[in-house]
Amino acid sequence: MTIKNGGKGILLTPEQLKSRRQRNVAIGLAIGLFVLLFYAVTIVKLAPGLLGGSV
Amino acid sequence: MSFVGEGNGAAAGAVAISVATPGDYIALLKPRVMSLVIFTALTGLMLAPTYVHPIVGFASLLAIAVGAGASGALNMWYDADIDAVMRRTSRRPIPSGRITRPEALSFGLILSAFSVFTLGIVANWFAAALLAFTIFFYAVIYTMWLKRSTPQNIVIGGAAGALPPMVGYAAAAGHISLASFVLFAIIFIWTPPHFWALALVKAGDYERAGVPMMPNVKGPDRTRLEILLYSLILAPIGVVPYFLGFASPVYGILSACLGCMFVGLAIQVFRVRTGAEADSRAKRLFGFSILYLFLLFAEILSERVIALVAGLLG
Repeated sequence: MTIKNGGKGILLTPEQLKSRRQRNVAIGLAIGLFVLLFYAVTIVKLAPGLLGGSV
Repeated sequence: MSFVGEGNGAAAGAVAISVATPGDYIALLKPRVMSLVIFTALTGLMLAPTYVHPIVGFASLLAIAVGAGASGALNMWYDADIDAVMRRTSRRPIPSGRITRPEALSFGLILSAFSVFTLGIVANWFAAALLAFTIFFYAVIYTMWLKRSTPQNIVIGGAAGALPPMVGYAAAAGHISLASFVLFAIIFIWTPPHFWALALVKAGDYERAGVPMMPNVKGPDRTRLEILLYSLILAPIGVVPYFLGFASPVYGILSACLGCMFVGLAIQVFRVRTGAEADSRAKRLFGFSILYLFLLFAEILSERVIALVAGLLG
């Protein structure tokens, strides 16, 4: 249960804080992996053309 | 994140902050189904006569897996009421109150869009369209329509689970082929006896949830007959990859033996109809059906890997 802090906002319980931190880390990792994946696929798809042009 | 206590058991009007962990969101993706999708899609991808760069292949498989997971999340969003009633599914993230239905819906829709877009970018738009159709078929045609309206739900809905090898093949080749269609057909015909074997044991659960599965609509005897008939169709279809020339004689012998065992277990389910022994036979067929599909696809996959390695070595 969330504790209301006398109009100063909401105090999260330790469980809520922990799960929020875990979700944030997971979202960060997912975005990072997504960027890496697109970077790698871009290199793989562009590399033959780039090498073909320079050789 | 949830700011209203819907489905969380919080008092009306109270502010509820989500306590869902990443594990709960992974559970929404039905990881066990995802692993089967990855396996069958990889087999389809490897079957294609086109070279696929490992990174492109990995990215394609990831997109297909996430697409399958997204349809699982949409299924859990829509079926939360059924899941809460059934013992097998009552601990899922929505019925247990860790994730709300709107959160699951958003999660499923966003992942669906991302997976289709990613597959279109990394592989081709034909495969992406096929993946989009698979998600639509599972989430809308099966979950929203067939599941609650006809005992043939998993027969027609089985198409969604059978499509991943075709999507994998299309991701590599840019089109589909007879070989990929045969893989589709194997899973499609395998699905009814697989699920009905489970439904025979869990008929009470489905009855309580109001899901018209074959045993609680047509009766267990009719279900046993249908299991046997589908097994008799499945056994020869399982051998087709050998006759079409995209699997070796080893596969031919293996699939013929496994097909005979499948029919043998289906006959046992058909003959033993009462008591704990009947449940035991149904459970045995259910377990064997998983092994059957795994071994068929593993054999095709390993043959393709061996051929690929042999080709690379000269």
